[in-house]
Amino acid sequence: MFDLKDLYQEVIIDHNRSPRNFGKLEDATQVAEGYNPLCGDKLNLYLKTEDSVITDVSFDGSGCAISVASASLMTDTLKGKTIEQAEQLFQNFHNLIIEEEEPDLEQMQALGKLAALAGVKEYPARVKCATLCWHTLHSALQGETSPATTE
Amino acid sequence: MSETNTANIIKTPTLDVENIRQDFPILHQEVNGNPLVYLDNAATSQKPRQVIEALDKYYQEDNANIHRGVHTLSERATIDYEQAREKVRSFINANSEKEIIFVRGATEGINLIAQSYGRNKLKAGDEIIISEMEHHSNIVPWQLLCEQTGAILKIIPINDSGELILEEFDKLLNSKTKIVSVVHISNALGTINPIQTIIDRAHEHNAVVIIDGAQATPHTAVDVQALDCDFYVFSGHKLFAPTGVGVLYGKAHLLEAMPPWQGGGDMIKMVSFEKTLYNDLPYKFEAGTPHIAGVIGLGAAIDYVSATGLEAIAAHEHELLEYATEKILEVKGLRLIGTAQQKTSILSFVIDSIHPHDIGTILDHEGIAIRTGHHCAMPVMTHFNVPATARASFAFYNTFEEVDRLIQALGKAREVFI
Repeated sequence: MFDLKDLYQEVIIDHNRSPRNFGKLEDATQVAEGYNPLCGDKLNLYLKTEDSVITDVSFDGSGCAISVASASLMTDTLKGKTIEQAEQLFQNFHNLIIEEEEPDLEQMQALGKLAALAGVKEYPARVKCATLCWHTLHSALQGETSPATTE
Repeated sequence: MSETNTANIIKTPTLDVENIRQDFPILHQEVNGNPLVYLDNAATSQKPRQVIEALDKYYQEDNANIHRGVHTLSERATIDYEQAREKVRSFINANSEKEIIFVRGATEGINLIAQSYGRNKLKAGDEIIISEMEHHSNIVPWQLLCEQTGAILKIIPINDSGELILEEFDKLLNSKTKIVSVVHISNALGTINPIQTIIDRAHEHNAVVIIDGAQATPHTAVDVQALDCDFYVFSGHKLFAPTGVGVLYGKAHLLEAMPPWQGGGDMIKMVSFEKTLYNDLPYKFEAGTPHIAGVIGLGAAIDYVSATGLEAIAAHEHELLEYATEKILEVKGLRLIGTAQQKTSILSFVIDSIHPHDIGTILDHEGIAIRTGHHCAMPVMTHFNVPATARASFAFYNTFEEVDRLIQALGKAREVFI
């Protein structure tokens, strides 16, 4: 049986309690809205990119511990990454919590502290909470106008 | 017998809950290493052995299409199906079996009324009144109807206890009010609405009244003739019957005047390309092969509930509610959403700094099933300024020990987060 602590690791509790990069980014170059119709989680993602590099990123909104911690960890990780690297991270993260095939060592190293969310894999109902911010990132990078949803 | 003696004899009926639990096979299992505590009854109820056996018998012995076969199996299936209709009629005290239409559930019942009654009766500027505490199934069908006809939707507001503000309802009523559609018991708040008052006041303005009884029928006796409601809808699966079957009750004279909603087999007397003659009630509204097994299962569920006694069920659930309310309010940082004077056994709540979804996951880990989310009542969430709530909803097979397990698990949730 899975221990609850595998899901609610210290890192997650900490990022939920004091989310990093929380708040509106006034000089954002891209903004996207994410919504999980299943649970009502709402997320706004603010991105600032220069020459295909994410120079700043923040978020606000409301959600469960998994979704807030995931957004907090994601924004922390994205700063300074290129758009290409960000999309690759999304893929690695997806592999971490959904795919049968686990990420290889290189991918795990790239994920860094995002690996704290690995426990979500054992809770299929909560996967969407962890991926909402990533879907929102994707739609911000693609310049989508309608809100990203997890459905 | 003297009056005093009579008073002594009449006492609240009691339930043999342990015996009842033996009738529900699903309750006897472990979830995540703990005995299952099922507290998501407002979403769907569990099914007693008697219902499961009725389905089994139908498929093992009687499976055939109804109303058209001359062979023995078809006759048996038809008899069982129509007997279930009589059981439903008696259960809600309708005047006639003609007034009992089998549908997929309460949602389909409301859509049928909106499209068959509403679309033909309403015109631009007419008004439909619903309430702020409605389930989406009693909001969206009316929004669709308003788009189609130009009618206007009016909303009875609720107060911070989660009760309808009847003075505001009075202000909304006028000669343009054609339909009033309100929920009997709120799925998100547990509020029992004063539907008799609502029906009487709406009728003073000649409006037709629809009652959404999805949450009510498992907990309280319903007498549609005494209420004098024009329509009453409910779902089987919340009443210990299978999913995919429900009931639309309508007054015969209203149903007679309404055009069919769906066309197909069984709802006709004769079809030619020139003219089709529709069938009589209730078949006019039952196009296609219905959920025969589900209807028979619903009949078995009504038998079960009737034998157990709704009065005894309501009394037990009320005791559970009072006990659970007292205990849950001892949980630090917990706020109840829905504190109406008249409530059924639903506890909707939020806890400071723990999102309902996290509560749901932690409770599931303890083997406790509750619902978390907006409960398909997003305007209610907006009113209370919460994105979601956690909801524990009790049925007559729940016990005081299960309430204790819930409270202990909420303590664990606090330990994880605070």
